Amino acid sequence: MREFTYLRAASLADLPASATIIAGGTNLLDLMKHEVMAPDALVDITRLDLNRVESEDDGLRIGALVRNSDLAAHPVIRRDYPVLSRALLAGASGQLRNMATTGGNLMQRTRCPYFYDRRMACNKRDPGAGCAAIGGVTRNHAILGASDHCIATYPGDMAVALRALDAVVNIDGPAPRQVPLADFHLLPDDTPEIETVLRPGEIITGVTLPAPVGGQHRYRKVRDRASYAFALVSVAAVVGMEDGRISQAALAFGGVAAKPWRDPEVEAVLAGQEPSDALFAEAAEILLRPAKAWGENQFKIPLLRRSLIATLRDATGMEAKP
Amino acid sequence: MTRHLRVDGPNHDDRLDHMAQGVLGQPLNRLEGPLKVTGRATYAAEARPRNMAYGVLVQAEIPAGKVLEIGDAPGALAVIQDKRMIHYAAQGQAEKAPPSGPERVEYMGQAIALVVAETFEAARHAAQNIAIRYAPETVPVIPESVTPELPPKKQSATGDLDQAMRDAAVTVDQVWHTPSQMSAAMEPHAAIAEWDGGHVTVRAGLQMLSSNRKQMADALGIRESKVRLLAPYVGGGFGSKLGINAEAVAAAIAARELNRPVMVAMTRQQVFDLAHRRSETRQRVRLACDANGVLSGIGHDVLVSNLPGSEFSEPVTQATPFTYQAAHRQIVHAVSRIHRGCAGSVRAPGEAVGVTVFECAMDELAEAAGIDPVELRLRNIPDAEPVTDRPFSSHKLAEALRDGAERFGWSARKPSGQRIEGEWFIGMGMAAAVRVNMLVESRARVTLHQDGRAIVETDMTDIGTGTYTILGQLAAEMLGLPADRVEVRLGDTDFPPAAGSGGSFGAASSGNSVYLACEEIRSQIARTMRCDETDLTLHDGMARAGNVSRPLSELIDGQITAEGHLQPGKTEKTHRQATWGSHWAEVAVNRWTGEVRVRRMMGVFACGRVLNEKTARSQCLGGMSFGIGIALTEAMEHDPRDGHVVSRDLAEYHIPCHADVPELEVHFLPERDAYVGPLQAKGLGELGICGAGAAVLNAIHNACGVRVRQLPATPDKIIAGLD
Ligand SMILES: Cc1cc2nc3c(=O)[nH]c(=O)nc-3n(C[C@H](O)[C@H](O)[C@H](O)COP(=O)(O)OP(=O)(O)OC[C@H]3O[C@@H](n4cnc5c(N)ncnc54)[C@H](O)[C@@H]3O)c2cc1C
Ligand code: SF4
Repeated sequence: MREFTYLRAASLADLPASATIIAGGTNLLDLMKHEVMAPDALVDITRLDLNRVESEDDGLRIGALVRNSDLAAHPVIRRDYPVLSRALLAGASGQLRNMATTGGNLMQRTRCPYFYDRRMACNKRDPGAGCAAIGGVTRNHAILGASDHCIATYPGDMAVALRALDAVVNIDGPAPRQVPLADFHLLPDDTPEIETVLRPGEIITGVTLPAPVGGQHRYRKVRDRASYAFALVSVAAVVGMEDGRISQAALAFGGVAAKPWRDPEVEAVLAGQEPSDALFAEAAEILLRPAKAWGENQFKIPLLRRSLIATLRDATGMEAKP
Repeated sequence: MTRHLRVDGPNHDDRLDHMAQGVLGQPLNRLEGPLKVTGRATYAAEARPRNMAYGVLVQAEIPAGKVLEIGDAPGALAVIQDKRMIHYAAQGQAEKAPPSGPERVEYMGQAIALVVAETFEAARHAAQNIAIRYAPETVPVIPESVTPELPPKKQSATGDLDQAMRDAAVTVDQVWHTPSQMSAAMEPHAAIAEWDGGHVTVRAGLQMLSSNRKQMADALGIRESKVRLLAPYVGGGFGSKLGINAEAVAAAIAARELNRPVMVAMTRQQVFDLAHRRSETRQRVRLACDANGVLSGIGHDVLVSNLPGSEFSEPVTQATPFTYQAAHRQIVHAVSRIHRGCAGSVRAPGEAVGVTVFECAMDELAEAAGIDPVELRLRNIPDAEPVTDRPFSSHKLAEALRDGAERFGWSARKPSGQRIEGEWFIGMGMAAAVRVNMLVESRARVTLHQDGRAIVETDMTDIGTGTYTILGQLAAEMLGLPADRVEVRLGDTDFPPAAGSGGSFGAASSGNSVYLACEEIRSQIARTMRCDETDLTLHDGMARAGNVSRPLSELIDGQITAEGHLQPGKTEKTHRQATWGSHWAEVAVNRWTGEVRVRRMMGVFACGRVLNEKTARSQCLGGMSFGIGIALTEAMEHDPRDGHVVSRDLAEYHIPCHADVPELEVHFLPERDAYVGPLQAKGLGELGICGAGAAVLNAIHNACGVRVRQLPATPDKIIAGLD
């Protein structure tokens, strides 16, 4: 670990523009130990007043410092946004969730093993160096939205649910702004080192959820062991039914791209239809049209298809039928 | 006085069943448990000698070649590049140090220098940023990419297997792959070295101190008597601490050079690079049987790998020659020389993957022959070791199969694919468990004090298995003392040299030495009591013979000290010794995602005398959990270009987590094996692993019809076989 200065911010106004924010530290400290990130200065934001969950208009405002465990257990989240609660509980482990914050979780970096290993070339760590993952072990890399410069995924679960819920990220800084989660994370293109729209000197103050939409909430995370593993693929689904037809379907996918993935065409093809295996297969077909495998991660294409179909069967009540 | 025994013949007198204290076998809690859960047990990296400096290993960034130059490390006390630094860990029981010399790189991640600084963080920073110039070489890293060696001693054939395959009514001929696996002990490797004149004391995480001491002396070029090793508490080893590793040698070199204590602790990533891996295996199994399932042919053809010149090769087929009968047999053992990290002993070397695959093949044969898998095994149990015709020292496979089938409810098993609950296919699977049994030379000293306290001393280690507790129980039983009157001191080469912890031989080997020492003490008491030792009863500090009863305090003048010395002998040759059991699993397989959940698992084991019901059971629980890992989750990924370990932490290398391990049930079959020393106890730690994964894999097939032959059975491999 490189030496760094440490300060603790007492208020938002206090934030130095050049320091790297540390919240729960569960991701940043690991990266610093490996010197994948080596900031000169850290600013600890955990004393800021950003740890509340409050109603706002018809929706909910979640402070950036609300811990994953607390958010998952929050009665309003459990009642009105259960997909979020489930996604949170599917992430990491109890100990990590007790430390991890809402802001830090959104900003967590890829788990690409080549990114973590400084012996390996990585465009994200060292722009222009090349990507050692391509041609290497790619089991858990992206099948959607990747580029020749980077095939890493955004590994988080919480944001996948937030994506399905149309959440908005609240940002403070020289010019406070709100960014839909849809636009917050960026695809790699030829600048994989730029992962979000957050600019230096800005801080996430929280996330706003719109009014609850009801429906069936599901979070299905498929992984290599029963718990404490990153998603191979995950599906966040909020599905409404009316008169035997799908009235709405918000579907977001994790583990497959550099951002929580969502495809309006997939949802459009489902809307107004009676649930059926043929319909779900069609939706999966659309979802996977742009998919591209990078060697070992070929299996993610059929796995995502199957996971989407299973989630839709479950959420529409088909699975219960023989 | 030393009581010596070479196990040259049987021991049928069941002495330990006739002792009076009644503590042996009891499910006592581990003596050191409270120290461990309250953080008072000091593991290797937890001592803090005054003025200690911190060393961090510098690792090679090329798979092979020469180190030309190592740059400076600003802020560091020293950069040590010493010709005595070892390339990889010593193999278990080796008497010499592994190859050394920091300029030659054999695999990516090899330790090539040590940076020492005042803090761990500073040393790590310097080690991570030091500039190194290499002359790299291109080397093979994929086992199938080279022509393998065929060590003549490891090949064997009887009869004509090819012909047997052609003639058979039913055959199986399939290929399985298992990936590299890592021990993944909780405690990362670490060592603290301190010199006093020409003597060095090294506190380290080690499993076998007496051979470790030889390795260390050889590595440092000093006499064995100048080396003292301390390992009172070891946070798991699973093979990875059988031999000394780079950190211990480097710590000793640095401590000498800097003339102050030096600690070298590996990071988790370094453990994955530097501890021995279990070799990946390719296993072709051929089985031939008649319509009744009676085997006529058995072929086990394996490919493993290791570094050039490394003698160890995963003994995959270790149990194949004696588990089932068949007239025509062939074993092929090929070794690819490639530049992945050094391969060595990991959790039940050989059978862990060999029996697992073989038992999957047996399941396929049962299916092909239309015979129940339990029945198929029962029909092929040999009366004596095939080919050699040696008798078995004891044989409990049939009983374990029958007993297990009954307890598990095997008769309720349905044909493949017929039990469905919601999204889940449900199935049952079973496998035989078998593991070779070994004894290793071991010594212990026992001192009985006048006040009725006893002290056991041996350089045996307790790597979390319960050695402190069982040796204490054993001495208590033999000397007629309550268990809490016995103090056990382990993990110090100043004590008599023991077998060490490995190969499941630790408990039986060191236990026998304690038994012998106690027997000698009993003889001395008997002399004072003027009776035969066999007529002496010791109980709660009282000695009794006939109608004379006297407290120990009257019989002992100060203290009695005796040493026990056990050596394996002729029974090793005259009898095939093994432990036996059966594994049972019920799994659910998600029909959409291919995720597998083990719902329940059971093992029935015969390991001779059980020394402590609780610690024995815990060993089996751990072994069965490893079985789940082998079947479902564990894989060390190597980069296909340079062989480096890609999954090098516990987030990426998936050992089963709590949610993967359901309620496990363990049953022991009562057994006394007469050919393994007076303790009549055999190895147990590893038996729980051998075959456990096969029960899970066979259950997957029973659930959903998919055979996964490329382990582990992760969702991708299951969905590949589902509609
Ligand atoms: C072993 C392991 C397994 C895991 N498994 C999962 C999993 O299965 N699913 C999953 O979703 N996650 C998983 N995680 C990741 C975990 O969820 C994240 O580490 C955690 O959410 C990060 O939150 P934090 O508060 O600790 O962030 P920190 O580590 O403090 O910070 C992370 C990053 O966010 C930045 N940051 C923090 N707060 C703010 C803010 N308010 N504004 C702007 N930037 C900010 C920091 O500068 C830093 O770059 C796992 C982590 C580990 C170590
Ligand atoms: S995939 Fe992206 S993060 Fe991984 S090595 Fe390539 S550039 Fe780096």
